[in-house]
Amino acid sequence: MTLLVAITLFALAVFLGLELITKVPATLHTPLMSGSNAISGITLIGALVSAGTDHSTLTTALGVAAVALATINVVGGFLVTDRMLAMFRTRRKRES
Amino acid sequence: MTFPDVIAVGYLVAAVLFILGLKALGRPRTARRGNLLGASGMFVAIAVTLFDRSIVDFRFLALGIAIGALIGALLALKVQMTGMPELVALFNGFGGAASVLVAGATFLEVVDTGAVDGQLAVAVAATVLIGAVTFTGSLVAFGKLRESLRWNGFPGLDFVRALTGVASLALVVAVVAQPDTLGWFWGLVAAGLLLGILGTIAIGGADMPVVIALLNAFSGVAASSTGFVLDNSLLIIAGSLVGASGLVLTQIMCKAMNRSIFDVVFSKAVTVVRGSHDDAYGDGVTSTSAEEVAMLLEVASRVVIVPGYGLAVAQAQHAVRELMTILEGTGAEVVFGIHPVAGRMPGHMNVLLAEAEIDYEHLLEMDRVNPMFAQTDVTIVIGANDVVNPSARDDADSPIAGMPILDVDDSGTVIVIKRSLSPGFAGIPNPLFVADNTLMLFGDGKQAVLDIVAALLEG
Repeated sequence: MTLLVAITLFALAVFLGLELITKVPATLHTPLMSGSNAISGITLIGALVSAGTDHSTLTTALGVAAVALATINVVGGFLVTDRMLAMFRTRRKRES
Repeated sequence: MTFPDVIAVGYLVAAVLFILGLKALGRPRTARRGNLLGASGMFVAIAVTLFDRSIVDFRFLALGIAIGALIGALLALKVQMTGMPELVALFNGFGGAASVLVAGATFLEVVDTGAVDGQLAVAVAATVLIGAVTFTGSLVAFGKLRESLRWNGFPGLDFVRALTGVASLALVVAVVAQPDTLGWFWGLVAAGLLLGILGTIAIGGADMPVVIALLNAFSGVAASSTGFVLDNSLLIIAGSLVGASGLVLTQIMCKAMNRSIFDVVFSKAVTVVRGSHDDAYGDGVTSTSAEEVAMLLEVASRVVIVPGYGLAVAQAQHAVRELMTILEGTGAEVVFGIHPVAGRMPGHMNVLLAEAEIDYEHLLEMDRVNPMFAQTDVTIVIGANDVVNPSARDDADSPIAGMPILDVDDSGTVIVIKRSLSPGFAGIPNPLFVADNTLMLFGDGKQAVLDIVAALLEG
């Protein structure tokens, strides 16, 4: 991937992100934040490669620490968001 | 298909799932599905990454994932809804730290093999700086939210912070110019960690919603920047999406407080007036009892409840729910008026009230509830202060002038449930407390509401 392609992806994703989030009701701000935070745990896939590559003990150790931290972010983030959203109910749903 | 193709297609699928997930997260009806879509995207991304040929040893991966999944699941399942801001702050920080570690490990590896180019060095330096600031900044926010960290900085903080900022930028240049000198790299890590602490240490409780939103954006930018280090398209896309959404939320919060990001980060704090405020109100305060409030409520046809962080502290959400049920039983309409920055993170009040099984249709945003106050018989303010301070609207010289507020003083009677007359985060007196139509009910939020409930049941 050339630098220009990378920058193109970056710019497009930023604009997409701005468009996607603009009209979110305040009720959903907290779950949106924890859910998007879980997505930023995508660093995990970079961490997996660092931890699995056989280079030096130091880089493997850094990689494993990164895997653990990013996994906390991913697993915890998606789980807690689901827990919150499960509580958000409408009257119709509760009666049915 | 070859392995690289499998990975590329998998990343495309994951990116699409993230986009659909974020979109669905923005609507109440689809939010839960959106979160699941995001999680599936992550699963696909992880699964195809394991095809990467450079991964030779899976034992350490399994170890890292097992530890992380266990801790993450425990934190997510044990946290109380009141503690949600702390947890999100902590997760933000872990994301930032992971980015620093990945960028660092990659950099050290490439330096050893002697193949560093300028582009990689720039990306590593940026990732390390942003990630390190996110990590320590989030830990400080976590400590402040738990109220275990009460340190608010020291004289000359602005100067030291500026110095650290300049030093960090100089170290970025140094890392790029001489990537083989690892001293610059470690120096940058240290400077970034320090900058995160100095940047957040002076920020007060009222600004926390902005800070958490901003750190959320930072964790996304750090992931995106890591994508430039690893030449990984999915990291760039997912990180930028999160960075952009965090920025939008930050902007919403700033607007709700009438402050700029600059004011918050450089803590141009609204002037804090120290000292006792009980005298500031003179004899104008009318205090009331739970029985009197119950009598007012019995004849009310519309009641608006305005919750603030005090409701979370007092864990009063279930008591409030009980009050609402009783009032609805008498035929009254009960809604909640929620200020965008009520609580310690965006949407915090909504989560707490949802926990108490209050339908989200009852939770009205500021713009919707403000026109209703004039036709409201009784408004109950629980643990909120600055967001209902009329001087923001009426007094152009007030430190909070221009901040959008809930116009509770338009309603027939305002009941303010509060422990004392102490000021809110802004540290200024609230003319609402001495208004003719305001009654103060002093006490713990939860106990006060339970007393009103008891009085209603007796009457």
